[in-house]
Amino acid sequence: MQPQTTETSVSVKVSKNEALTRRLKQFFKYKLAVIGLIVILVQIFLAIFANSVTSYSPTVQDLTHVNLKPGSPGHWLGTDNYGRDMWSRLVFGARLSLMVGFSSVIIGTVIGTLLGLLAGFYKFLDTIIMRISDLMFAFPGILLAMLIIAILGTSLLNVVIAISIWSIPSCARIVRGSVLSLKKQEYITAMRALGASHFRIIFQHILPNGTAPIIVFATMHMGTAILSTSALSFLGLGAEPSTPEWGAMISAGQQYMWQAPHLVIIPGIAIMLVVFAFNVVGDALRDMLDPNMKSR
Amino acid sequence: MVTMIIKRLIQLIFLLIGITFIVFMAMHIAPGDPASIIGGPTATQSDILAIHHRLGLDKPIIIQYLDYLNGILHGDLGFSFQTNRSVAQEIWTRLPNTIDLAIASMIVAIIIGVPAGIISALKQNSWLDFSSTTLSLAGISIPNFWLGALLILVFAVNLQWLPVGGLDTPFWTFKGFKEILLPAITLGTGSAAMIARMSRSSMLEIIRADFVRTARAKGVKEHMVIWVHCLRNALIPVVTVIGLNFGGLLGGTIITEQVFAINGVGRLMVESIASRDFPMVQGGVLLIAFIFVIVNLVVDIVYALIDPRISYQ
Repeated sequence: MQPQTTETSVSVKVSKNEALTRRLKQFFKYKLAVIGLIVILVQIFLAIFANSVTSYSPTVQDLTHVNLKPGSPGHWLGTDNYGRDMWSRLVFGARLSLMVGFSSVIIGTVIGTLLGLLAGFYKFLDTIIMRISDLMFAFPGILLAMLIIAILGTSLLNVVIAISIWSIPSCARIVRGSVLSLKKQEYITAMRALGASHFRIIFQHILPNGTAPIIVFATMHMGTAILSTSALSFLGLGAEPSTPEWGAMISAGQQYMWQAPHLVIIPGIAIMLVVFAFNVVGDALRDMLDPNMKSR
Repeated sequence: MVTMIIKRLIQLIFLLIGITFIVFMAMHIAPGDPASIIGGPTATQSDILAIHHRLGLDKPIIIQYLDYLNGILHGDLGFSFQTNRSVAQEIWTRLPNTIDLAIASMIVAIIIGVPAGIISALKQNSWLDFSSTTLSLAGISIPNFWLGALLILVFAVNLQWLPVGGLDTPFWTFKGFKEILLPAITLGTGSAAMIARMSRSSMLEIIRADFVRTARAKGVKEHMVIWVHCLRNALIPVVTVIGLNFGGLLGGTIITEQVFAINGVGRLMVESIASRDFPMVQGGVLLIAFIFVIVNLVVDIVYALIDPRISYQ
């Protein structure tokens, strides 16, 4: 009996590896997505090694070197109106935007997934959860975020909370859709017949089989979260103006845009690149994992 | 169809009540006593109590909510903590600018998005298609406040073709057109990208449909196949995206108004959040959410009208 089990587990491992290799090969066919992935990896690298790749503090002012243009000695991306090194601010901004993006996506996705699982599995909860999400959909995203910030006050942490709350209904709806189709599958009926608990059916059988749309949602939502964070900071509702946050940097740089356009152009390009990267990777993952959604 | 419309209208009423409840409760949860904000730092305890009484804040919360609902039905959204002027009046004077901006942006989005998507689908896998799809993705990824700043830098400051900001005249006049062009491009780019993506995928689906093949087999000329058979059908889902985007654009006006210093509802709200002027925030959020759900309902009905295959259960 024993050797047979080992054989089975080995074959499962091999087929899992094969599947992963096949998926990777498939992903590498999407050239734009590969470029996007490289951009994301570079951002993660910069965020982790921010202290090593910069020579200046992002917040220390040097009023003798204000508004230096890109290419200036010692400051290859120039300095801002307080003489702070733009490269340092950009790199630390990458760390901040990743942190805000990841935290809001993780919080929103975890809560949204849980609610979606419950709504899809239990009919009596479905009506309640879906009506609440309908109500939240009645507010344009940025408006809902602003309403939450109006209550909680302006800070980057509150931006994370606001974006998380805003993403919950979309995620819950996506997961609910998967659960509704998965729970009709024969293997779920079999699990019920075997007397498996609801908890086991939901978390061991439905959730693992419904991860594809969650992964796609989370990836796509990273871009939205980063974009929204910078927009809210631009409006003065997120990070403090001195914080090296890309949206706040654009907002502060706008006043000096005529003399030093790089203060606005550089952080804007950074936001666009990163959001673009998450969007193309999300697009490719959607095409790969969800053939029904494939954008021809 | 009539049943569907009645059903949706009933749902809408509940949704509107729900929105008022959320907005009302949100402002009640917000830290800080409105009476202290109105009274200022010099207000005594009795002043605060008097303000509480005047505003009805000493009543039970459910009564306060019913008073609030009653006020909304009579067009009374309360008074600003900052200016002491009627919230409804303040919003009403700024609303035309916000609506103008949203409509102008939608026009820009349609003018760019629909042709881009259709050309992209007709020339599938060509460099034109690749550029269009890449630009669409870039359009979705671009921060509109940044795009606005760049447009100001190029067209208003360097070339001096268009004004830096402000919106004082209706956009259908020449002066108004010049004023709204940059904000409309700024706000419309993201929607244009979404419309282009939707038009492309919808057109690709229709091009492969059986009835199009039949039309070609019958010898219908190619331009007739595209214009008469494909385009009309492909644009049905695009109409929905356009409608839904309009609601999104209303939210987007908040940022664009800030960039171009347009006196609209969005800018008013940002200022009000900064000064913790809750009745103003409440009024602004309520109005935009109301317009948003009503536009969505209209889109749903129009969609059902133009596509007989749609039936809402």
